[in-house]
Amino acid sequence: MPKTPLTFTLNDGEVAVFVDPGASLIDVLRRGVGDLTPKQGCAQGTCGACTVLIDGKPHLSCLTLAETVEGRRIDTTAGLAGGPNLHPLQKAFMEGFSAQCGFCTSGMLMASKALLDRTPNPTRDEVIEAISGNLCRCTGYEPIVDAILSAAQQGGAR
Amino acid sequence: MTSIEFRKDLFADERDDTLKEIGKPTIRQDILGHVTGRTPFYDDHQFDGLLHMRAVRSPHHHAEIRRIDISAAEKMPGVRRVVTAKDVPNNLNTLLSLINFGRDDEPLCAHDKVRYKGETVAWVIADTERQARDACAAVRVDYSVLPHVLDVEEALKPDAPVINHIYPNNTFDYHDRYDHQKLRFGDVNAGFARADHIVEAEYQMSPIEQAPIETCGAIAAPETNDRFVCYTNTQALFFSLGTTAKLLNIASSRLHFIGGTAGGGFGGKVDSIVEPTAVLGAILTGRPVRFAWDRAEEMQVGAPRGGERWRIKDGVMRDGRIVAREFSGFFDSGAYMRLSPYAIIKATGHIPGPYTIPNVASNVYCCVTNRTPATAMRGFGITAVDFAIECHMDRVAEVVGMDPIELRILNAYRDGDMKAHRRAAKNTALIECCQVVADKANWPLSAEARAQSSLRGGGGERAAIPETATDTEGRIGERRAGRVASTAPAGGTGKIPAGTASKGVSGVPVQNPDMQIDADRIGHRMGAAPTPGPTPARAPAPPPRAPAAPTPPASYQPPPAPPASYQPPPQPVAPPAAAPPAQTGPYTPAEPFSRGTKRPGTSPFTSGFRRR
Repeated sequence: MPKTPLTFTLNDGEVAVFVDPGASLIDVLRRGVGDLTPKQGCAQGTCGACTVLIDGKPHLSCLTLAETVEGRRIDTTAGLAGGPNLHPLQKAFMEGFSAQCGFCTSGMLMASKALLDRTPNPTRDEVIEAISGNLCRCTGYEPIVDAILSAAQQGGAR
Repeated sequence: MTSIEFRKDLFADERDDTLKEIGKPTIRQDILGHVTGRTPFYDDHQFDGLLHMRAVRSPHHHAEIRRIDISAAEKMPGVRRVVTAKDVPNNLNTLLSLINFGRDDEPLCAHDKVRYKGETVAWVIADTERQARDACAAVRVDYSVLPHVLDVEEALKPDAPVINHIYPNNTFDYHDRYDHQKLRFGDVNAGFARADHIVEAEYQMSPIEQAPIETCGAIAAPETNDRFVCYTNTQALFFSLGTTAKLLNIASSRLHFIGGTAGGGFGGKVDSIVEPTAVLGAILTGRPVRFAWDRAEEMQVGAPRGGERWRIKDGVMRDGRIVAREFSGFFDSGAYMRLSPYAIIKATGHIPGPYTIPNVASNVYCCVTNRTPATAMRGFGITAVDFAIECHMDRVAEVVGMDPIELRILNAYRDGDMKAHRRAAKNTALIECCQVVADKANWPLSAEARAQSSLRGGGGERAAIPETATDTEGRIGERRAGRVASTAPAGGTGKIPAGTASKGVSGVPVQNPDMQIDADRIGHRMGAAPTPGPTPARAPAPPPRAPAAPTPPASYQPPPAPPASYQPPPQPVAPPAAAPPAQTGPYTPAEPFSRGTKRPGTSPFTSGFRRR
């Protein structure tokens, strides 16, 4: 089956890969490019663990056709820290015990980054709305919401 | 009996019990990996030439497999291998066989029949997951549909379909001969007879899916040293390794399991199914093979917390003291046993909850149905019975017109009290928990309830094991003439007198001869392992459903035996003729008792049936 060439920006780097027609973005990121930070929990758009930012907006990479990101910018958790310096959201998640198994964390971070980039000082309701597409089975969400609010106070929209 | 010291007891004094960590976040040692996305979950290990394995699953709850045609699937693009039951070297196992508990009852891949919807009948290994899915759809299975049963008590009826010939009564066989787990402590019927109120109710807990965000999965690959590496998200790494070695008939030294990172588990990742499957794929293809459930499989075939039905009957005095408590439990194990019989042993150890009740009885059945097999989930075995017990405490409080928290404090166990499974209660704190909860909720408590303490008032009379009826072999459970049983007062075959724990556990047969050494060492008087007898007939009668409404106490006639007091007078040991009731010789019922036969004038408690 002929493959399709695809170029896009991934966390400040240029990426060029050949993809199977119909491949999902998460498969291209994980198996094609080797960025393993988006996690696949359901492959049907319900859990949000695969959330990445496409041109700054959160998308479910399991339901995104890879070919549609041609020429666009993708951000994943792999690019969240600036070198050794963690993003305020990452620090807040660490200090707030906002992850237990860690499987939903990448998606939570991406969804909350999209929120803080757009709304630097969100209300609690806005935070809850922003992560409403992300399921977490361990924490009960409260530590995650607290961490996002805490990151916002420390200038999370970096 | 030599007492067993527990680590938590030995080190209790050395603990820093400031509890200052509670309610405060702490930095986890693995959190940096989580927030940077670098935590290596099993699927984050990449292999060149990775193949993908998918399962062909039964669309029926219960069906005979007549024929499996894999010829079309084998010709599909990308397909490397279609795998069926004949490719599994030792296709029968039970999870707890590694600790010698239960009979092998579950194939990794069904071959003669399917026993639940979604059971594996074949696998396809292909270059891509999509190709494997397409080829799975091309496997033709010719089923002959059988009647199925999805309710625990329906499964116990004599006309219920036999789901697995290995457990022909649709129940687990405790000690290879009892169709239920039994607990007897004192004489509940005597307790009911002197109670002011009888409170009965039924509680049902549905199966619950653990639903971790990461589904069960494993990747296995050949290593250069003739071993197979398996990256897995199992919650039980060595359990999975042992199970894989057994099913695939391969030395465990040839298996290299790497795990420890699970994207949520909650009990749903202990069943060791994906690991042997992936390793089998790697053995058959010589390539790295990934076998992972998708979300639909996780929900359909991922083993849930088993459903449980509990009936509780309490005898209560006007002042709120519970003097007798009786349980009937039906645990839905699903099509295979896995961990359910063990969960019931846990449940039985927990009965009658964190309360000191002088007369307790329970019969719990581990029922085979055509549902998805059940497994572990957070406190399994305890959760459902505790749900039932605490709901029931509220009902009792309503009946006696008492504050529900004060009722709990009144009946709470205290340090030194004897539990129904004949171990003294230690480190109890129910009273203190109730007091704190009442404070936090601004719930008014009487001064008397506030003054209570778990450290005071226990032991003494409350540490005594009451006289408990036995059968002719000295076993707890009123077995008579080898085929009948009930919870009716002992009719003359014998009683275990009030006394110490070591007398209370006499005659428990060991299943594994190795256990006899330990049993002797710690001084338990255990019998020899029973020899398997011929396949017994099915129980003749269904258990009745107990009335849900509280029964007026007037309908309970006092049994002929003298009611057991809270601390019964010392009784002479053992010889049946010396037991107080006038009846002598083995008790012979007018008609054989069986499960569900209600004896006039006694409780509707489902009585035990023991296999010969």
